[in-house]
Amino acid sequence: MPDFLLEIGCEEIPARMIDAGSQELEKRVNDLLSRERLAPAQTIIHLDTPRRLAILAPGIPAAQPDITEKVTGPSVSVSFKDGQPTPAAQAFAKKAGIDVSRLERITTPKGEYLAATVRKKGRAASEILAEFLPKEIASIYWPKNMYWRKPNERFVRPVRWLVAMLDDEVIQLEFDGILAGHQTRGHRILAKSEISIPRAGAAYIQALERTKVLGRDAREQQIRKGLDAATRAIAGARWREDKVLIDTVVNLTEFPSVILGNFDGEFLELPEEVLVTVMRDHQKYFAVEDANGKLAPHFLAVLNTDGDPEGIIRHGHERVLRARFNDARFFWQTDQKIPLRERVQLLKHVTFQKDLGSYYEKTLRVQRLCSWLSEIVRQSGIAVRPGVVHKAACLAKADLTTELVKEFTELQGIVGGLYARVQQLDPDMPESTRLAIADAIYDQYKPESVEDSVPRTIEGAVLSIGDKSDSISGMFSLGLQPTGSRDPFALRRQANGIVKIIAEHKLPLSLGQLCTDAREAYRGSEAEKKFSGKVDYDRSLREFFRERLEFFLRDVRGFAYDVVKAVLASDADDIVDAIARAEAVTKARPSQDFESISIAFKRIKNILRQASEAGKKIADGIDPSAFQEQAERDLASAIPETAQKVESLRRTRNYEQALIEISKLRPAVDRYFDKVMVMVEDERTRASRLALLQTLLNEFSTIADFSEIVTEGKESRGPKESNKQ
Amino acid sequence: MNSSKTNPPTFQELILRLQTFWAERGCVLQQPYDVEVGAGTMAPETFLRVLGPKPYKVAYVQPSRRPADGRYGENPNRLYKHMQLQVILKPPPEDMQELYLQSLSAMGIHLRQHDIKFEEDNWESPTLGAWGIGWQVMLDGLEITQFTYFQQCGGVDLFPISAELTYGLERIAAFLQDVDSIYDIAWARDPETGQVTTYADVRLAEEQQFSVYNFEAADVEKTWKHFELCESECKKLLEGYAALQKEKRATDGLARDRARFPMLAAYDLCLKCSHLFNILDARGAISVTERVGVIARVRSLAVGITKAYLDQQGGGKSVAQHDMIKAVPKPPRAAKSKKVTVTS
Repeated sequence: MPDFLLEIGCEEIPARMIDAGSQELEKRVNDLLSRERLAPAQTIIHLDTPRRLAILAPGIPAAQPDITEKVTGPSVSVSFKDGQPTPAAQAFAKKAGIDVSRLERITTPKGEYLAATVRKKGRAASEILAEFLPKEIASIYWPKNMYWRKPNERFVRPVRWLVAMLDDEVIQLEFDGILAGHQTRGHRILAKSEISIPRAGAAYIQALERTKVLGRDAREQQIRKGLDAATRAIAGARWREDKVLIDTVVNLTEFPSVILGNFDGEFLELPEEVLVTVMRDHQKYFAVEDANGKLAPHFLAVLNTDGDPEGIIRHGHERVLRARFNDARFFWQTDQKIPLRERVQLLKHVTFQKDLGSYYEKTLRVQRLCSWLSEIVRQSGIAVRPGVVHKAACLAKADLTTELVKEFTELQGIVGGLYARVQQLDPDMPESTRLAIADAIYDQYKPESVEDSVPRTIEGAVLSIGDKSDSISGMFSLGLQPTGSRDPFALRRQANGIVKIIAEHKLPLSLGQLCTDAREAYRGSEAEKKFSGKVDYDRSLREFFRERLEFFLRDVRGFAYDVVKAVLASDADDIVDAIARAEAVTKARPSQDFESISIAFKRIKNILRQASEAGKKIADGIDPSAFQEQAERDLASAIPETAQKVESLRRTRNYEQALIEISKLRPAVDRYFDKVMVMVEDERTRASRLALLQTLLNEFSTIADFSEIVTEGKESRGPKESNKQ
Repeated sequence: MNSSKTNPPTFQELILRLQTFWAERGCVLQQPYDVEVGAGTMAPETFLRVLGPKPYKVAYVQPSRRPADGRYGENPNRLYKHMQLQVILKPPPEDMQELYLQSLSAMGIHLRQHDIKFEEDNWESPTLGAWGIGWQVMLDGLEITQFTYFQQCGGVDLFPISAELTYGLERIAAFLQDVDSIYDIAWARDPETGQVTTYADVRLAEEQQFSVYNFEAADVEKTWKHFELCESECKKLLEGYAALQKEKRATDGLARDRARFPMLAAYDLCLKCSHLFNILDARGAISVTERVGVIARVRSLAVGITKAYLDQQGGGKSVAQHDMIKAVPKPPRAAKSKKVTVTS
């Protein structure tokens, strides 16, 4: 069983695309091998660097196993004439490669047919791979691909060599004009250009190591070790862990090493946020902190070479960083010449979105919206300073006109917050107010991802919600809502942010009201004239937010899928309440009584659905005079009492207790289904019984729709509806 | 501390070394284009030459003007006008990257002593309906070159494609000479006296004066008028060519009229519009609502010229009929669109 090796040699693949591309190639090769009955003896592995995607499949069959199959031929009626085989039968026998006498007969629903047992010889693995691999390679998904030879030959970057081998044999594989061979290329600088691979398997990995090319895990290990070692040169210092940055530098190198560089301590006067952004986002350097967690005047750079014995590379990196920091300092100082409050007017020249107008117009809308939101929050008894929100909303976007943000766009908001902290915003303003405004501005884009934290203060939370709702509302009104994987304005991320902020700050904001208010802030604006008449604003936003809330409860808060569905079926507007209900349902769920109730509600729902499909009438209310069984009288009398208890518990949001009360109905409900047949012939009885079920469902579905709860195959407990009486 | 510290090239030696390197590899050495452009890509030696099937190799220095980037000569790293050395290889050879690395050695960079990375950086100019795939080449953390495989120009798929190298000459020279300010770069050194002429000696006054002009002095109204004049003349030429395209005269005269039609002049006018727009923009004279519209006006000129130029090169066959080239309606969005300005 030979080992199989495939290596696609490329010009540098973008770091962000390597992991996914490599995994997809592995999956495609794996699927191809299984499909073609060439599955490897051991697990297939992938190996990737910026310049290659490689696959090693240890021990695959040299050829497909032979197979025997039965082939159907012409019908017997046309195959023989006067007992002699017709040309049709002879042709079939010839095709099957056997004598006419050895043909079999099989009976099919269409009649009797000729058949032949054919032995199919398996094809050589090299032949199969040469035929199918090019298609698999070409089908790999890349976020952006290109052509370099012919327009129909596409890949992420130009392919420059191919290695395809079964043990020491080269497979005759061609992709985009490149013929596979056994020559690979080592590290660009550290190895001579081409080396020969003696055979597929471990020899390949050894060949790469000799030419200074390491696999992903080895690179990550070497980088982490290098970071640790370089940091040890400074007593008490630590490098700041940054998984995203690690992944990036791992995929920018074939043979990494790490150097420690220094910068002038004077630059530490600049805010840490600015320094770290320059280092991390622009230079891909790791920041170093001292024993107290404060930024230290050093950085760690990951090189794509084996070291820097003379300090030449370090000198170069330090030089670049110095220029970058000097720029940042210059921008910082220049920006102070025009304070934020004067910059608000300049926002008239900055476009937010072509149909939604400038950032100045957005500022006015968000201010208005935020004051409504502050009021709702204040009335609910939460301490909020509407003045702080108002001023923060006014200044929030002013930093978009600063040089620092133009240069480091990822610092928007943060820069505004930093400037507000050091500038006079209003002559009479107390410092504490100014700092509160600064914090709200600083946090306005938070959370930037599911993992990111929410704004620290209520004022920041309100501003962030107002800003995001304004964007979402405007885009939806223009008909620019996200579709499929396309979400160019990151509206989903913003909506996720709103949900998370409301949840974590426990704000009394209803999503429906929020959307209405955000839309209201556009009333009478120029933008409103551009709004699409075709959009069902309320419905599309309700669905959009419901999905976001579902995602949040499930993937962020970890509630079970069915609990989330059950809870949101009752209401998906009040996030804080939905969480409380989900918690209560999760807690109640394991109890026997609750499970029984869930099963019963499923049944009730089914009965009601079938009744409505069959056009059966449901009475307007429960009619005690129509009752015949004690079980239904008992249930009917239990309902109002329990409903009252549940409702008062629900109003004080004591959902756990409310669910316990509902669970107490179990004996009455179980007895009812044991004794009572709902779908009886008598119309009056039936209508009344249906009404009872409807009442039960209505009264007790306000916390969650229990019928959504998945119960483990116990639905069949108790006699079936149709088997009773 | 640089590897070549003992004898780093002056600014002009750097240019000479690169030019020699590429001339030896078959490039035509063109001279800088004498109409203001925002980037070497916009010079006709790139923008027009990459269109159509004809192979071409060219290298040239292109002064690139970006009015809004001016800093009155006070910023050590930023310029209103910087020099790019532009190389176009059409079609790109298979060892394009190796050739590029050799050019670094030719400059005096010992690759073994440095850290070189190719980091994803795609180029897109919606204004020109042009985009390409490529990298920024990082040398010890410094971006020294843009390396791009062009895919589309003027909304048309290119065949063959071209590889474009854009070397940032000031950065590279400052790196090689290990100076912190562009203005301290030794531009020339007198071989007899050893007397150094610096970048500041040659260019500082220009940076100062044009910053004043672009940010303060340019007459907005007249600049608008210039823009409109150039635009209307360019349009008139495009209409003229369109009329020739419709003509059915079956004579050699028509082919001749088409071949000598001044499409290159139309392109110059389009470049002027682009530069005038940039001045107006630096001057803060273009409002939000106007901006999108003005960019669209320049684009419509550039796209019109691309189509007409291709027609002209193909001897009157329309773009769609040209078997090598397919018209593609819209360029896909680039992952990064750093260089999305009207100039570049």
